[in-house]
Amino acid sequence: MTVDIGWTGLVLAFVLVAVAIALSWWQRLALERSLVWASVRALVQLLLVGVALRFVLDADGSIAWAWVWVLLMIVFASFTVRVRAREVPGLWPLAIASFGAAAVVSLGVLFGLGVFALEARTLIPMAGLVVGNSMAATVLVSRRVFEELRDKRDEVEARLALGASSADAARPYVRAALRTALIPQIEATKAVGLVFLPGAMTGLILAGVDPLDAVQVQVAVMYLILGSVATTTVVIALGVSRRLFTTDHRLVRIDRPAA
Amino acid sequence: MTVVAGPSGSGKSTLLRLCNRLERPSSGRIWFRGVEIDELDPMALRRRVGMVFQRPTPFGGTVIENLRVADPEIDEPAAGALLTRVGLDATFIGRAAHELSGGEAQRLCLARTLATDPEVLLMDEPTSSVDSRSRAVLEDLARELAVGGVAVVWVTHDMRQLRRLADNVVVMVGGRIAHTGPPESVERDASAAVRAFVAESEGGDE
Repeated sequence: MTVDIGWTGLVLAFVLVAVAIALSWWQRLALERSLVWASVRALVQLLLVGVALRFVLDADGSIAWAWVWVLLMIVFASFTVRVRAREVPGLWPLAIASFGAAAVVSLGVLFGLGVFALEARTLIPMAGLVVGNSMAATVLVSRRVFEELRDKRDEVEARLALGASSADAARPYVRAALRTALIPQIEATKAVGLVFLPGAMTGLILAGVDPLDAVQVQVAVMYLILGSVATTTVVIALGVSRRLFTTDHRLVRIDRPAA
Repeated sequence: MTVVAGPSGSGKSTLLRLCNRLERPSSGRIWFRGVEIDELDPMALRRRVGMVFQRPTPFGGTVIENLRVADPEIDEPAAGALLTRVGLDATFIGRAAHELSGGEAQRLCLARTLATDPEVLLMDEPTSSVDSRSRAVLEDLARELAVGGVAVVWVTHDMRQLRRLADNVVVMVGGRIAHTGPPESVERDASAAVRAFVAESEGGDE
């Protein structure tokens, strides 16, 4: 049994957006335009992705296009991270490296150990989960490391003056930033199922899969997300920290943003 | 003990930071005991050339954890002895470093630097934000270390402190050395820049 809501279903679902618009209008929230724009944009984006996915998945069973897709995803996500943490220098290559590392580690484990069969149909969504879920944490951790080392310059230099290497001098601040970035993910992992049914599981159940099978996939997905968020944040934190020191263990000048 | 004096912005701190390589000179060279410091490992150099900064910089954690950043092996008796030297005592060992007063924190910073057993001690206006008792402790200990053979370089813009501490004086004005010599020679210097500094410093704050 599968679920196919069809185009009619989609149009009918738009009634829900209409409800939101009506509420916004009634309460004078002035969000009508944003609501329409967001809904239409989501529809168009997903349709384009759907068309592209259909092409990639149908490509004579060849997985090459799927890998191209994954690469583009990493590049685009890295660009987004760079834009959202503009003050951190040299972030783009670092973000590519960290998403790349997370993809290699987590996809390597999932496909290498045969948890999922490696095919375009599994590769793209899995890579999407890795990159998509790591993006927010990557932005958070890179800004945090940058700000800690900028704002605690006195302490960092006092550590250097005691003969600490740049890695040792930065460690307490990098650690604090990593904890801040990872704790929400750990909390989310703990609360899952109690508070909400996560997306992958909901989708599978809606599509008619047995709930226990859906749970198995969902748990694997959660571990995937946890592993990749941890990998990306550690790579990005160490990378940003390294960029802020010279090879002879000096902290580079970091200009404060003009107020 | 060498005192480096001069108005703020004259490059005193930069001079100290160059000596333990927190900065690199854009031109010119610096030697330490006959070796150009660029050829020394910066981490090893900084342990031999310790530095205390203008603002106290206690690290998170307890007092002994602060000392362990400098010397991971330090045990409680040694830590207590070090604290006693800076006029704190062994009861401070377990206290949170961030809860110390400014003067206590600055004395902890000196104790922390001494834990590396430096040959040179760079003091960058260490008493500018501490109470008078802490100032006296820091000054006395620096004198004692200087007598014991540690080369102490003390930065100040205060003429009274200069007279209390200095064996030799370097006056800096506008990034250049304007005067060198024994402390009593400073006031005899006829150059306008040095006289302006002395007048400013004598008339001003402690």
